[in-house]
Amino acid sequence: MTVIRGITHRRDPAALQRFLITSIALAILWPMMELAQFDVFALFEDRKLNVFINFLGQFFPPDLQRSFLLLVIKATLETLAMATAGITLAMLIAIPLGLIITYSLSISRIGPASGHWLAKLGRYCARMLMLLLRGIPEIVWALLLVRVFGLGPIAGVLAIGITYGGMLAKVYSEILETGNTLPAKALLISGSGRVNAFLYGLLPGTAQELASYTVYRWECAVRASVVMGFVGAGGLGQLMDQSMKMLNGGEVSTILIMFLLLVLLADYISLVIRRQLA
Amino acid sequence: MKKIAFSFQNLSFTHANGKEALSNISISASAGEAIAIIGSSGSGKTSFLNLVATALRPSRGSITVLNVDPWAISKGRLQRLRSQLGLVHQAAPIPPRQRVITAVLAGRLGQWPLWKSVLSLIYPVDIAGPQACLQKLDLADRLFDRCDRLSGGQLQRVGVARVLYQKPNLLLADEPVSAMDPVLSDLTIQVLLEDAQTRNACFVASLHAVDIALRWFPRIIGLKDGEVFFDLPASEVSESLLQQLYAAERGVIPTQGSIN
Repeated sequence: MTVIRGITHRRDPAALQRFLITSIALAILWPMMELAQFDVFALFEDRKLNVFINFLGQFFPPDLQRSFLLLVIKATLETLAMATAGITLAMLIAIPLGLIITYSLSISRIGPASGHWLAKLGRYCARMLMLLLRGIPEIVWALLLVRVFGLGPIAGVLAIGITYGGMLAKVYSEILETGNTLPAKALLISGSGRVNAFLYGLLPGTAQELASYTVYRWECAVRASVVMGFVGAGGLGQLMDQSMKMLNGGEVSTILIMFLLLVLLADYISLVIRRQLA
Repeated sequence: MKKIAFSFQNLSFTHANGKEALSNISISASAGEAIAIIGSSGSGKTSFLNLVATALRPSRGSITVLNVDPWAISKGRLQRLRSQLGLVHQAAPIPPRQRVITAVLAGRLGQWPLWKSVLSLIYPVDIAGPQACLQKLDLADRLFDRCDRLSGGQLQRVGVARVLYQKPNLLLADEPVSAMDPVLSDLTIQVLLEDAQTRNACFVASLHAVDIALRWFPRIIGLKDGEVFFDLPASEVSESLLQQLYAAERGVIPTQGSIN
């Protein structure tokens, strides 16, 4: 029992609240685990464990035949091209959208009020568009677009561009809002436009974070383009789909090793960019 | 008749939190005039300058800046008006990773077309201009340094250089020398005064140090609790008047180097 200036504190006054929040979180989590059929012990049942081990066993050794490696390299390049083109498209969508919805770049915030409702409407429409773009999973976009453009990487590129455009716009604007917005405000007050206030006031402080998030999204796009390969959008995914269907574990593990290398590459690129911008 | 730089008519300003910063102020200033605003902290100096800079909108009363009512004109015209108003902020609003030259060039963003400002990020479109502005403030050697390598006083001078480069018709400064030593303070105030005079621009500065105000500015406005306590030529500002102005600080008159 501690006594401070005559007030007695028998226990932490926040304890009850914390206990309640934890209980509520657990109460919500438990039915969700049930619903998702989450059962760790199932993995260790004898029969299932054997199936699992046999399946993993097929993965060894990786298939390193020259002809297959050439195929993998070609598919890797296709995947990289798909991810890079997709992210570029996503940035083209995200930069204008992000700038529109960033409140700290709003000229109407510092006045005058004229055209204020129009600005609000524009921002609202941009938000809705963003929601639509990123709300529908890329695999669904890909399935739709494969119908339109036929089998091949173009469907994947567009699917990544659309979904990631929405995601990047959201995160871009969040990064821009959380940075120091005073420089941009000062520029707006001295008559500069929205784009200039962004370039000279917000970008210097946030470039590092924006770039590293974009590279992370590129890494995600590499993985996403693999998934989309399964629905016929080309690249490593399509190759993996074929190997899986032929139950060729060695080939699958070669492709998986390639994935790991690509993620490693993304990590490295991110590091280099962050160092450059630091 | 002299050209009016700005004027307030029965102007009041209330913050969003309900606190009244300025009440019922009527004042006017003509082109080429140099005015110092003094008063204890919280007396409304910053609000005064922000109202002239059109960064704040008056709650009541009206305002005229460079012969127009900024809140009655179109958005485009207001933006052009704002590019003619230069405000030196107390804490220079400059991103730490920006280079000094870019920070100074940013003074003209309101006057440049977009292509020029984008081009300037790739290669500075003007090197001599910013260099000349920095030269006056004894900072020319830091032209290509990053702003996070500068001291507080140096950064404040970069903020001043930006407004010099902007060449505004109405030059405003909110405690522009608060982070500088006496020698640099005097130099900076002199440079600002000279710049405003050569272009016949009106110069209004809020100052913490009363001695700087009295030494350099012909007209002194004393603000107290959001009202104009006095508006006099420097020669008529007496010791007892100042003591009344700073009554909230037990009559201690702040001067250069005194602790705020």
